[in-house]
Amino acid sequence: MSLPPIVASLTRHKLTALLLMLQVGFTCAIVCNVAFMIVDRVQQLRQPSGVAENELVLIDSTDLDENAQPLVRHDADLAALRAISGVKSAAAVDAMPFNHRDWSNGIALVQDGPAPATATAFNGTPGELATLGLHLIEGRDFLPDEYVPLGSAHDWNGIDRVPVTIVTRALANKLFPGQDALGKAIYPDEKPVRIVGVVDHLRRPQAHESADNDDATLFPMLPDANDVTYVLRTDPQDRERVLKQATDVLNHLHANRILRHAQTFEQLRADFFHRSRTMIALLVAAALGLLVVTALGIAGLASFWVQQRRRSIGIRRAVGATRRDILRYFQWENFLIVSIGVALGTVLAYGLNMLLMLHDEQPRLPLLYLAIGALALWLLGQLAVLGPALRAASVPPVVATRSG
Amino acid sequence: MLGYYCLLALYSFKRNRIITALMVLAIGLGIGASMTMITVLHVMSGDPLPGRSTQLYVPVIDPHPVSNAKTKDTTPDAAMTWTDAMYLLHAARADRQAAMAAGTLPVQPTQAALHPFFEAGHYVTADFFPMFGTPFRAGSGWNAQDDQSRARVVVLNADLNRKLFGSAPSIGRNVRLKNTDFRVVGVLDDWQPQPIFYAQIDNAAFGSTDQFFIPLQTAQELNFDFSGRMWCWDNGGDGRASDHCTWLQFWVELDSPAKAHAYRDFLTGYWRDQQAHGRFPRLPDAKLFGLMDWLSNQHVVPGDLRLQLWLALGFLGVCMLNIVGLLLAKFLRRGGEISVRRALGARRRDVFLQLGIEAGAIGLAGGALGLGIAELGLWSVRHRPDGYAHLAQMDFSMLLGTFLLAIVAGACSGLVPAWRACNVTPALQLKTQ
Repeated sequence: MSLPPIVASLTRHKLTALLLMLQVGFTCAIVCNVAFMIVDRVQQLRQPSGVAENELVLIDSTDLDENAQPLVRHDADLAALRAISGVKSAAAVDAMPFNHRDWSNGIALVQDGPAPATATAFNGTPGELATLGLHLIEGRDFLPDEYVPLGSAHDWNGIDRVPVTIVTRALANKLFPGQDALGKAIYPDEKPVRIVGVVDHLRRPQAHESADNDDATLFPMLPDANDVTYVLRTDPQDRERVLKQATDVLNHLHANRILRHAQTFEQLRADFFHRSRTMIALLVAAALGLLVVTALGIAGLASFWVQQRRRSIGIRRAVGATRRDILRYFQWENFLIVSIGVALGTVLAYGLNMLLMLHDEQPRLPLLYLAIGALALWLLGQLAVLGPALRAASVPPVVATRSG
Repeated sequence: MLGYYCLLALYSFKRNRIITALMVLAIGLGIGASMTMITVLHVMSGDPLPGRSTQLYVPVIDPHPVSNAKTKDTTPDAAMTWTDAMYLLHAARADRQAAMAAGTLPVQPTQAALHPFFEAGHYVTADFFPMFGTPFRAGSGWNAQDDQSRARVVVLNADLNRKLFGSAPSIGRNVRLKNTDFRVVGVLDDWQPQPIFYAQIDNAAFGSTDQFFIPLQTAQELNFDFSGRMWCWDNGGDGRASDHCTWLQFWVELDSPAKAHAYRDFLTGYWRDQQAHGRFPRLPDAKLFGLMDWLSNQHVVPGDLRLQLWLALGFLGVCMLNIVGLLLAKFLRRGGEISVRRALGARRRDVFLQLGIEAGAIGLAGGALGLGIAELGLWSVRHRPDGYAHLAQMDFSMLLGTFLLAIVAGACSGLVPAWRACNVTPALQLKTQ
């Protein structure tokens, strides 16, 4: 099959061919960028939280008593919660991944020095690590005598008395690149705090820039405000029952309180990413819509051209072209148009990506996406043109003898 | 003649039913998606306080140390320290001014039937009510004297008032917030500005509004928790009352541009003056944002929604290219028919009109379909769990916009092919047949 006749024929439909190329180009550009966004967002969605996600249930409690003693109240509540059948362990904490309660501190390496990282402080009662199911990759858990009250009524001054901390691997690598963080001192406030352990992941309660999402410190500080989050660990199938029982137990133990956000950790995570999931669905719909419209455009145009060229096809068949030749003709024609469209699309895709980088801080589009986009459009074009091309191939030579 | 052209168009549609239907569907989807997003952005970019918004300003002064490297985020931060907010409040250089912070407090109803529950509200100063023109159903706000004396007074919004007191008069009765009784001095007439412009702009800028307002100084004295971001630097001292933690919002009312100018000079003067006292280490750069300007600077419309709008418009663009191409191919294929008409005496105009009607019909049908799809799209937006969801309604101007978009899109995609086709050379076409 030689190209010159195809090109010659296309020059007789310059405007139509140009429009189709433009359409393929725009589709390619948009679909490449959208696919990149989808992958980016799906990755965000999949970020590990570090906790035993399908075994945790949570409940927020706010004590309304005038002169409440939070430390005593939390101990009593936890004892009652641990007595519920099916509860493996329980802890009172002030923050959880995805729960939006974010107390972040700039972490310095010398007193009053600059802070190379900002990290969320997670504080809780003894057993927090085991209850959350955090994976300690180095060092040890906190010792019982290391715990101090958080001092929430006094500007959270516990942070200046706490002796030790456990950090995430991400934070350890950021603060001490290439070194062992264990035993080193950090300054979350004025006083040094020694790192005694490293956990592999602990996602911060709020969304930060993606490189900072796992920057977290755990402190042996007891929550001592009137509001606290109780975390219970249980078997996945017991979660709903345990949650209900926990509500009853807490209300029974002390009625003058407000219980809120009784939910499984999976619900918390699903709510956190709800917007993101809607957006992913919309992006997928947009990309599919564009591809379908373009496929229909290619098929529609091809079928018009087949109708228009019936006589020429008949003549070609009459002078010896095989069905295969006719089929190939339309397939090559389509390949040519889509190829030019894809070339245009590549330029447009980078232009679009540049705009997005400027406005939405989207990273640079990797070449891989362009390759996949081009491949998808070539495939789509061939599929779309197949029907009309087959119809063209089945035009009998006798058509040549009929008039217009 | 027009009737005849319509008939011709109908015949033409019948010959390519599937392709005609697909063209209508494509333009309908494009217009529907675009109008859904345009409507959503239109309602979200609306003025929360029509008539007053031009006189309301947010002063921005920056007491942060130079070493606090700013992130890539260039969104202006207007949060103020207690020290600065109280100075500006008492200096009273604007027509009206108010400092405020958000707070969520447990409400303890006196009725035994109601359990204690949390409610979101705001801690504000006296000018808040007259400055924002809050509509009162009963009573009024409090005055500066009450602010000074840390009065235990509260203004309720309609929902909370109904929940606590039903339809009974509530002025003068008590509401227990956290551990303190507050006397009701005013009830608002269901005040729901959208977005909630005066608060810290975050994901919750649209949706449920504040249900109680208490004096800021009172809340500070009672050490009530506030909700929102607090940014501290340096060490030591009580965070909230200190001069190194920003957490308060501040609004001023200035009824002329000259006054706004004077106020900015006043802010710059304050900045310089504070530098003499060792505060405000950055170069003086006091700013004053108008309300609407402030909202757009704070990105009150989420970036994802903008992206959705561009996607929808891109989709519409591709659909239109698609239709132009298809119509062009379709019309050019009828070159013979057109040539015969031209040879028999039809003017170019007549041919153009005939084909234009055919293209226009597709645009119109697509537009009608698009309107339906837009309504469907808005219906689905209303079922999103976002605060702005309930706003997604098409008003008259948006309805008109949809028709306009349909006509423009239909005309654009029809005119080019019709123009190109009516320019065929009759002799050449007839000969090649």
